[in-house]
Amino acid sequence: MSEQAPEIVPGWETVIGLEVHAELATATKLFSGAPNRFGGEPNTNVDPVSLGLPGSLPVLNEQAVELAIRVGLALHCRVQPSVFARKNYFYPDMPKDFQISQYDLPINEEGWLELPDGRRVGIERAHLEEDTGKSTHVGGGGRIHEAGHSLVDYNRAGVPLIEIVGAPDLRSAEDARAYVSELRSILVSIGASDGKMEEGSMRVDCNVSVRPVGQAEFGTRCEIKNINSLRSLGRAIAYEARRQVDLVTSGERVEQQTRHWNEDEGRTHKLRSKEEAYDYRYFPEPDLVPVEPSDEWIGAVRDALPMLPRERRHRLAEVAGVDTSAAALTVERGMDDLAVDAIAAGADAARVLVHVENNLADGVGALDAAAFAALMAMEVGGDLTATQAKTVLAALVADGGDPAAVAASLGFEAMDSGELEAIVDGIIAENPDDWAAFTSGDEKERKKKSGFFVGQVMKATGGQADGRAVNEVLARRAAG
Amino acid sequence: MTDRITRDDVAHVADLARLTLADDELDAFTGQLAAVLDHAADLDALDLDDVPPTAHPLPLRNVLRPDVVGETSDRAEVLAAAPSVEAEQFRVPPVLGEAP
Repeated sequence: MSEQAPEIVPGWETVIGLEVHAELATATKLFSGAPNRFGGEPNTNVDPVSLGLPGSLPVLNEQAVELAIRVGLALHCRVQPSVFARKNYFYPDMPKDFQISQYDLPINEEGWLELPDGRRVGIERAHLEEDTGKSTHVGGGGRIHEAGHSLVDYNRAGVPLIEIVGAPDLRSAEDARAYVSELRSILVSIGASDGKMEEGSMRVDCNVSVRPVGQAEFGTRCEIKNINSLRSLGRAIAYEARRQVDLVTSGERVEQQTRHWNEDEGRTHKLRSKEEAYDYRYFPEPDLVPVEPSDEWIGAVRDALPMLPRERRHRLAEVAGVDTSAAALTVERGMDDLAVDAIAAGADAARVLVHVENNLADGVGALDAAAFAALMAMEVGGDLTATQAKTVLAALVADGGDPAAVAASLGFEAMDSGELEAIVDGIIAENPDDWAAFTSGDEKERKKKSGFFVGQVMKATGGQADGRAVNEVLARRAAG
Repeated sequence: MTDRITRDDVAHVADLARLTLADDELDAFTGQLAAVLDHAADLDALDLDDVPPTAHPLPLRNVLRPDVVGETSDRAEVLAAAPSVEAEQFRVPPVLGEAP
């Protein structure tokens, strides 16, 4: 994918593949009617299925399948017949001692995601599985290895997850952050997940390897767990890439391992090696039948998909005549509809994007596209200075209204050019030494004095003059 | 007894299942498990080239339930069944490593 990714260590390329788990925004769990709800008193959102009680049987949640299909379609995957499987392991957060997941027949396979700059990252699969309970390690300062005992809350056990496995197409920490950020935007826009990393509803495992630039084969990879934010993701990748390059350059080998990111210490440490890897003994889940969404169902889900972030970027980029990267922030802020409508109503595209990016950080409030377009016309036409336009914009966001009326009520009236010239001439006459310096031919002096004269004019007009217009008058007078 | 499964295989599976088996138990279970596999291998005698693989014996697909909240269990009753409880949670021995 990336051809010139920034190198974490010069001469070495970092290869990254991410596995993202996202909790699906259903009302109930994947295989039972217990509530899917974050927070709450421990062990209250449980029922016999989420507790793995003997004799309880799973029944698949239709809405979870629907959301999984949405994810698959949004990631351009093939949506296919799928089968659930038991992944067997002993760990107290799985009360059944197995997790129901999908293995050789996942619901979605082979798609792609497009980053804001247009590069595409492969998606290998996106499958359904159940979340585990949550364990808290007590004693040993919360460290896993030193804990005295653990407490388990099964509220989260059985919550539906989609696991999205990305191809090893990423080449830098920036790429990885951009990928997760885009994936989160997609999941939120289609209503599949709330995408909150800080609440654990979106979690990232990160596979990292390094190789000398130009080498075709991949190096041995390590999987990093416990990454809880985009910031941690970038830090963990940078740390891990350096660690692996240090090993190789000092004549050692990278061992295939699962490693744990420690945010406080800013380092990863080994959890288990390849030899200690779990032997999950997957087999088809006998208590669930295969899922084969009909073409009609898939078609209906496709028809109901909203416009995706990628499509929004391309639309705004086309309308504004910029590339998709330049359209990304406006789309991310959810203001592309406003921008597209304002530009369609005749507003200057560059000014629209500048105001959206710098002056609408807190939302559009009562601002509508027509008023925005009218305001941009006033600014571009010279009726308002950039600073005045910003003030009017804030008033429109707060209370709405007509920009011309708002500008007038604020006392912003375009100064007529004769009036401005008379004021400039007066100030030139009062400051002959400064004017001599301005016209001396020394570029540095001219710049310095230009600031002085604009400042004096602003003072004289109570800030009403347009700095650009003042400079034009100064240039004309200097030219004689 | 056939060589369908070795004594080491059985020891490995027992270890995965957190079972401690004595030497004579290992021998006994190796024989019993081999007999089970022999039984399943009877299928090899049939010509099944034209039979598609299936993940389930029932001719059912898409058994789904609506996403509607149902009854939850009573916490006091649930925790009463646990060997050890602390802070309304299940108290378990320290676990090395992390969930897979």
